[in-house]
Amino acid sequence: MTDTPTPGRFGRFGGRYVPEALIPALEQLDEVRQKAAVDPDFLDELDRLHRTYTGRPSIITEVPRFAAHAGGARVILKREDLNHTGSHKINNVLAQALLTKRMGKRRIIAETGAGQHGVATATAAALMGLDCTIYMGKVDTERQALNVARMKILGAEVVAVEHGSQTLKDAINEALRDWVANVDDTHYAIGTVTGPHPFPEMVREFHKIIGIEARQQVLDLTGRLPDAVIACVGGGSNAMGIFHRFIEDEGVRLIGVEAGGEGIESGRHAARFAVAEPGVLHGAMSYLMQDEDGQTLESHSVSAGLDYPSVGPEHSYLRDIGRAEYRYATDEATMEAFRLLCRTEGIIPALESAHALAGALEVGKELGPDALLLVNLSGRGDKDMHTAAAWFGLIEEAR
Amino acid sequence: MTAIGTAAGTAEVLARCKAEGRAALIGYLPVGFPDHAGSLRAMTTMVENGCDIIEIGVPFSDPVMDGGAVQRAAGMALAGGTRVADVFDAARTVREAGAPPMVMTYWNLVLRRGVARFADEFAAAGGAGLITPDLIPDEAGDWIAASERTGLDRVFLIAPSSTPERLAAVTSQCRGFVYAASTMGVTGVRATVGSAARDLVERAREVTDIPICVGLGVSTGEQAAQVAGFADGVIVGSALVSTLFDTDLEAGLERLAALTRELAAGVRQGQAQ
Repeated sequence: MTDTPTPGRFGRFGGRYVPEALIPALEQLDEVRQKAAVDPDFLDELDRLHRTYTGRPSIITEVPRFAAHAGGARVILKREDLNHTGSHKINNVLAQALLTKRMGKRRIIAETGAGQHGVATATAAALMGLDCTIYMGKVDTERQALNVARMKILGAEVVAVEHGSQTLKDAINEALRDWVANVDDTHYAIGTVTGPHPFPEMVREFHKIIGIEARQQVLDLTGRLPDAVIACVGGGSNAMGIFHRFIEDEGVRLIGVEAGGEGIESGRHAARFAVAEPGVLHGAMSYLMQDEDGQTLESHSVSAGLDYPSVGPEHSYLRDIGRAEYRYATDEATMEAFRLLCRTEGIIPALESAHALAGALEVGKELGPDALLLVNLSGRGDKDMHTAAAWFGLIEEAR
Repeated sequence: MTAIGTAAGTAEVLARCKAEGRAALIGYLPVGFPDHAGSLRAMTTMVENGCDIIEIGVPFSDPVMDGGAVQRAAGMALAGGTRVADVFDAARTVREAGAPPMVMTYWNLVLRRGVARFADEFAAAGGAGLITPDLIPDEAGDWIAASERTGLDRVFLIAPSSTPERLAAVTSQCRGFVYAASTMGVTGVRATVGSAARDLVERAREVTDIPICVGLGVSTGEQAAQVAGFADGVIVGSALVSTLFDTDLEAGLERLAALTRELAAGVRQGQAQ
């Protein structure tokens, strides 16, 4: 049994580090999703939802006034913020909700950090008539109160998780506990490219449409491929989604931007690759922020969606083989990039996506005016107005 | 593979219990709870009052398989500065008290120390083996090799959801015993231990001769007796842990001793029922 490679490995990363109780559900999910991937009925239904519900294909927007601050490079945004529910998350959720019904399950659960995945899941549940429970760290329910209300209005139950650091990782812990107890009738729609196999691969497959569309759109607009594709990386689903179609394009740099928080030396960050130590969390082997004993360290970021101590295993693999590179943007640099896009282009990005913008400002200056950069604008910033207003002193509250 | 544990392992104890016509009592407590010294005294108390095997828990920051009681205890242990290496102290203490010490640990703590190093250190401290709730045999190549080399028992889990193929695959990789989760869910006290546990044990018996110990949900002597009627061992965690909450240590240890005696009497009634 140990001589054969386990499914779902990306080099040494990935795998299935979960209780035996969940193995049958993971095997069922893997079988159902593989059948669906070649089933015209499933693909047609998903395509119809993309076109008539989500609003795909999402457009691209060239942002010259922003790009003037990026060394004069051309900068093109992939507008996942314009999707229904306001982020890329809906791509994955609609597909997993369809799979939930195919498996004969009537309930869907999810974790959420910023609330984007929770809102998307609650939306899909409402659309398809599924019961829905969303787990969210208590700290995150406070900094994303508006999204909590959105999920409730959509009919979901929202559970504020008060264990541990009360953020995304603790929400995942609680969702896993729910799943083990209710796996007969419940699907756990993991919101990013992590977790036990087949989640990392499956979620990437459901998001790869981002890169497929964007590659053609950039070719149509500019007649060439971008020099770099830039995306923020929390768990890493929007990044895998836009990277995947470009992996074979050797001349295209793939650049992930992690949350640098208050700086690496402060210890208050979520820059897993800045430390780069492998470990197991939530079912997958990947790079992990951990102490000497292997206890998970608490991450920090101004953006709840990047506030996670591990990262999707395929990212760790792409880094190890040198195909993708990872850098980080601090809270400070991110908020400046956030404000810059608002002021120069009239687009309010999610704080998560603002990390990618901060990365683009750096990369543009490094590559100069001949460079063409494609940036995944993974979400819109309406949900972050409270944080931004406090940060910039626009309302009477200490930041 | 049938159970052949080492002379110092759990197989010998389980065989002795079987010869006595009863199930074994396996008690769980996290090291460092309520504090380091207190946890060592508590484990000794559990052995002296009738636990045949001790499962030493290692507190982990993200205990996804645990319910409220064990989460709370692990949190207290971590807040008190408990380190992974403390498990070796606990192993020596349990061994001196006269029971085989097993360690129950989330896998990243072993990975981080190094699988071979952890196995060597635990064996040197008198440890009997590892119970690995988030490691399936498919991912356990390094650990199986270390276990073969050191003679430590390796206990994987089976669950009510396990298919016949998985039951066969998992039990064939166990040594010492297999841990049968009585229910789909996390650790914690339950009012009843349902029929799922009996069904699971019966299904597992069809594919293995290895002793089968049942955990999750047992809290009383009556439940222990019920489970002892069909299992080779009864594993109790949250109920024992809970005796040490919200009390001074001496009073807690008395409660712990009393519950252990009740459970020990239970596993001796089971076979007679």
